[in-house]
Amino acid sequence: MHDPHAGDVKVPVGPQHPALKEPESFLLTLRGEKITSVNIRLGYNHRGIEKACEERTYIQSMYIIERVCGICSHSHSTAFVQAVEEIAGLEIPKRAKHIRTLIAELERIHSHLLWLGVAGHEIGFDTLLMYTWRDREIVMDLLNAISGNRVNYGINTIGGVRRDISKVDYARILKDVDSLEERTKYYIELAKEEVTLHKRLSGVGMLSKENAIKYSAVGPTARASNVNYDVRKHDPYASYGELDFEVMLSDKCDVYGRTLVRVGELMEAYKMIRQLVKSMPEGDITVKAPRKIPAGEAISRYEAPRGEDVHYVRSNGTDKPERVKIRPPTLANLQAVSHMLEDRYLADMPIVIAAIDPCFSCTDRMISIDHGARKGAKTVDWDYLRAYGIEHYKKSGIDMDKLNRKFESRMSKVC
Amino acid sequence: MLTDLFHIAIFPGFLFLVISGFIAETIDRKMYARLQNRMGPPWFQPVADFLKLIGKEELYPCEADVPVVRLMPIVALTCVVTAFLYIPLSGVKALYSFEGDIIVIIYLLTIPTISYFLGGWYSRSVYSMLGAVRAIIQLFAYEVPLFLAILAPTILANTWSLSRMAEFYSQHPLLCCFNIIGFMISIISLMGKLEKTPFDIPEAETEIVAGSFTEYSGRMLALFKVSINVETIVGAALVAAVFLPFGFNSGWIIGSVSFVLKILFIIFLMTLIRTIVARLRIDQMIDLCWRFFAPFALLQVLINLLAKEFLSI
Repeated sequence: MHDPHAGDVKVPVGPQHPALKEPESFLLTLRGEKITSVNIRLGYNHRGIEKACEERTYIQSMYIIERVCGICSHSHSTAFVQAVEEIAGLEIPKRAKHIRTLIAELERIHSHLLWLGVAGHEIGFDTLLMYTWRDREIVMDLLNAISGNRVNYGINTIGGVRRDISKVDYARILKDVDSLEERTKYYIELAKEEVTLHKRLSGVGMLSKENAIKYSAVGPTARASNVNYDVRKHDPYASYGELDFEVMLSDKCDVYGRTLVRVGELMEAYKMIRQLVKSMPEGDITVKAPRKIPAGEAISRYEAPRGEDVHYVRSNGTDKPERVKIRPPTLANLQAVSHMLEDRYLADMPIVIAAIDPCFSCTDRMISIDHGARKGAKTVDWDYLRAYGIEHYKKSGIDMDKLNRKFESRMSKVC
Repeated sequence: MLTDLFHIAIFPGFLFLVISGFIAETIDRKMYARLQNRMGPPWFQPVADFLKLIGKEELYPCEADVPVVRLMPIVALTCVVTAFLYIPLSGVKALYSFEGDIIVIIYLLTIPTISYFLGGWYSRSVYSMLGAVRAIIQLFAYEVPLFLAILAPTILANTWSLSRMAEFYSQHPLLCCFNIIGFMISIISLMGKLEKTPFDIPEAETEIVAGSFTEYSGRMLALFKVSINVETIVGAALVAAVFLPFGFNSGWIIGSVSFVLKILFIIFLMTLIRTIVARLRIDQMIDLCWRFFAPFALLQVLINLLAKEFLSI
């Protein structure tokens, strides 16, 4: 009898693969060059961040949350801080809101420029990668000048922002935004005129409006399928309510549309930054926040560069959160990827995966499903895990006890 | 006997080709980097890469057919080095020539692609097998336009010997204006042969890791790299000899200088093209080759036939 799956080849893309910058597994089934099915497996990057937050105070948790993702660090920390402020009933100063929004838009610029480069690399157009990443340096340096860091800006604190922006910075921001705008115009022209770019992007990774809603896609992925949904516009937070900007939409429904939406959002970001600098109010940048947050719960939504980022925080009246839950945009978009890949060529795989701008370190969560089948399986807490780790290393001859004692005695002398 | 050995081992054989291959790679990488606004590697980088690879351990999958896999880089290198012996360099006369050697050169230049296929196929890894199949599909796409484009100028010269063709065209240098379409097509097909962007489909990094070369390591990978470098030089020399017959009759100094300039020009063209385009998909590549390049190559043949008829050469 003829086997219908006789010519099928299973190609593992990931957890380690040049197309992916982070470990994640896509098991493709190929017939010839065509993909017949995709099996996505998450969880290679699980770091237990949500659990770690429960063991730390709100301020400490904020820094952990900021390290959920290297690119949209400000998104995560703002979403978290907004939730905490909502529970605590804090109204932060207007200037702080403006600074948060400013950093958010600068972050969007650096994230979208990074994406443009990655997209170029995935389709073998390394020149685009080199050009965009060179221009990305401008905004990275700007963020460095404002916040002191190129990534993980550490600008947020509960009740406002940590650093003020001086008048000198205004001029630099405006100047850098001008040069970035000029470069972005060049990229728009390039996207419209370069033939091979067009050939590789248009018609690839189709996601109709109905399917985008069905698979609950968010961010530029959804907006490129003409789903008019942007948290900044439809549920404004920080200063977005006062700003005049458009939601970038495209009816192309493919990777080319996603490129146009992202480049368009760059232009909107420049517009917003100019408005923010112009209308920057005077005043305090922070209000006093209580150390212990009253009991309650809140959900905070934030339009990260990759899409809607949702944070849920529940407090129990102590200085540590009881539960923190993060729903990053990549998790929402991943469902659509396997749909977009089916019946496409293998060559389209990298760019289709890259087109949602995946951030797997944001996404990876672990769910443990206990069927009761595994005997002796138990849930362990943080202290047990710590003690187990120390024991484990002692067995293999690595004993840190002496060093720890020495360190402690030195620390007590200093204090 | 000694001169033969000298020709084979040193000039214009193995050693000369390997060194000029390294130089070609340096120039290509440096120019690619400068066009992309980067500094690029230092000049000795290709040599350093080669030496490093030579010192590395060789590892193969246990399912691989190791003798075949190890043989293939040697086959590839041998064939491209042999092909060079029939190509005229500074003068019109190549080292060895006979009627029909142009076919032999093209044939010898096809063997490396076959060896990528066999090497990749017998590595028995998913990525290298996909790369191997892609290499063969690509071969069928670019080979016909390349053949037609290279053979079209022979119609005017009335010979299938590269040396005699060079002699003919250097006597009638203006006639090579007829072959501009063929020149373009042969450059682009040569990029397909050398697997450079936009035709680096068989070794597309972000899709199939390194294609046929995924499972290669150590010395054998180094030999493959060298054979690709040498193929660049040989391919460029072939295109130069067929389409740019200048400076052949002015002594060996001007001849050598113009030979180097011609090779540099062709390498520059290929680097420029690979800088400004994205990689195509395999179906788009086949489309492009059969729908555009093959008809244009036929047009080139037609032009040469008509020119021969009306100019009564």
